[in-house]
Amino acid sequence: MTAAVELAGVDKVFAAGRAGEVRALEGIELTVAAGEFVTFIGPSGCGKSTLLRLVADLTEPTSGMLRVNGKTPRQARLDQDYGIAFQQAGLMDWRSVARNIELPLELRGWDRRRRRQRAAELLDLVGLPEFAGHRPGELSGGMQQRVAIARALAAGPRLLLMDEPFGALDEMTRERLQGELARICRETEATVAFVTHSIPEAVYLSDRVVVMSARPGRITRIVEVDLGERTEETREAPEFFAKVTEVREALRGREVRRRGRTAVPTAEEH
Amino acid sequence: MTERLARVVAPIVVGVAMLAAWEAFVNLRKIRPYLLPKPSAIWRQITLNAGDILDAAKVTGANALVGLVAGSVLGILAALLASRFRPVNELLIPLAAAVNAMPIIALAPIFNNMFSTTSTVPRRLIVTVVVFFPLFVNAVRGLTQVAPIHRELMDSYGASGWAFARKVRVPNALPFVFTGLRLAASLAVIAAVVAEYFGGVQKGLGTRITSAASNTAYPRAWAYVAASCALGLVFYLAATLLERLATPWRARRTG
Repeated sequence: MTAAVELAGVDKVFAAGRAGEVRALEGIELTVAAGEFVTFIGPSGCGKSTLLRLVADLTEPTSGMLRVNGKTPRQARLDQDYGIAFQQAGLMDWRSVARNIELPLELRGWDRRRRRQRAAELLDLVGLPEFAGHRPGELSGGMQQRVAIARALAAGPRLLLMDEPFGALDEMTRERLQGELARICRETEATVAFVTHSIPEAVYLSDRVVVMSARPGRITRIVEVDLGERTEETREAPEFFAKVTEVREALRGREVRRRGRTAVPTAEEH
Repeated sequence: MTERLARVVAPIVVGVAMLAAWEAFVNLRKIRPYLLPKPSAIWRQITLNAGDILDAAKVTGANALVGLVAGSVLGILAALLASRFRPVNELLIPLAAAVNAMPIIALAPIFNNMFSTTSTVPRRLIVTVVVFFPLFVNAVRGLTQVAPIHRELMDSYGASGWAFARKVRVPNALPFVFTGLRLAASLAVIAAVVAEYFGGVQKGLGTRITSAASNTAYPRAWAYVAASCALGLVFYLAATLLERLATPWRARRTG
């Protein structure tokens, strides 16, 4: 089976050769297996969003090799191989909630009846079945974000790219949506690449947490998380807290020193 | 509900009070009619000339409407072109700004000389030019100010340029276009009335105002002025109604 995402020696430099040159990503090596949930975490400016945008073909790498479902990112984008959600819901005011979810399907040439049916299924999935005919402006932020996730799932993509989709939500809504996302991923068996600032969120959702450092953006550590099926009890489990601590220390680059290993120094130690 | 009622009643009460004050002022200070006629005298002229006022309003209204439609269509077409091709945009925007800076009504005598004296074309042409600018500027803004997230979403769906225009650019521009149209609707009536001040066919509210004034029939002149106000209001309200119908998502949000 081909990997969902493959990155080999990927660099991304903005404004290369000019005064404001930014080395956003350097030497990124990563393979995401099909069905895996991988989260990218790191300080602001570590290039985690850029990494996701490279996979989405919304920007191009300066050098290195990228494969999405075994294809070039461009081909994967044109084939609508992935669904995407951002920190802002980005719903279109002029479309009803259901028609927002139908948008990617319209572009795939689905007929009206199939679209309606699919949108209804997805609204059930995200728990908003009675809001099909509403305008996005009438929904709360959390509800809008659920619609955005439904839209990302609309065409049944095998790969979901999510850039801080819960970043703008309050803690309660955030935890509820994390639970829903975990359930949806189990049901759809989709591969997910997820960007976040929140350590508990990363640990709760992921099979692997990719820890990054800033300027230049590099992968400093990958933390494997094996907490089994996620429930609300998972958040209280000692193993959960142990993983949270592990990721936190990886982020601070402290763990390397504590164990006295002569590992590759992280960016923060320069 | 009571708030809504207050919104309708309040301006009416204030309006009636102002008219009463006006009437009392003219009576008490014995103001000459050529300076300021009484509202009651104006109202008498309105009722006496009702048929002619309506005919004149129809003529001016037709000029304003034709010009408004023509100017809007041209403005929107130019905006579509400008937003599609960058060089056109850079060429048209300063040009349009220059046209707007010109007192367009100053063209009226020149346009009048270009066509026969019985033609309504020069008046409609002036309205068209006046209307063009607000429509063009607002439509360009709406067509180009697309939220970056909507652009990225459409890119992520591998949408064609045409699909992007149809599903994002145009609906995104609609509220802007209607803002322009609301502005232009009042301007169209003003331009149509004023254009009649510079000769040409002796029909319409503007010509009636000038002829009444030159015959020292001031209350009658004011009656036609009042009709011009009413016509402007009708155009504005029609544009607002159209806006509500075409962009329901905004109407519901604002109230």
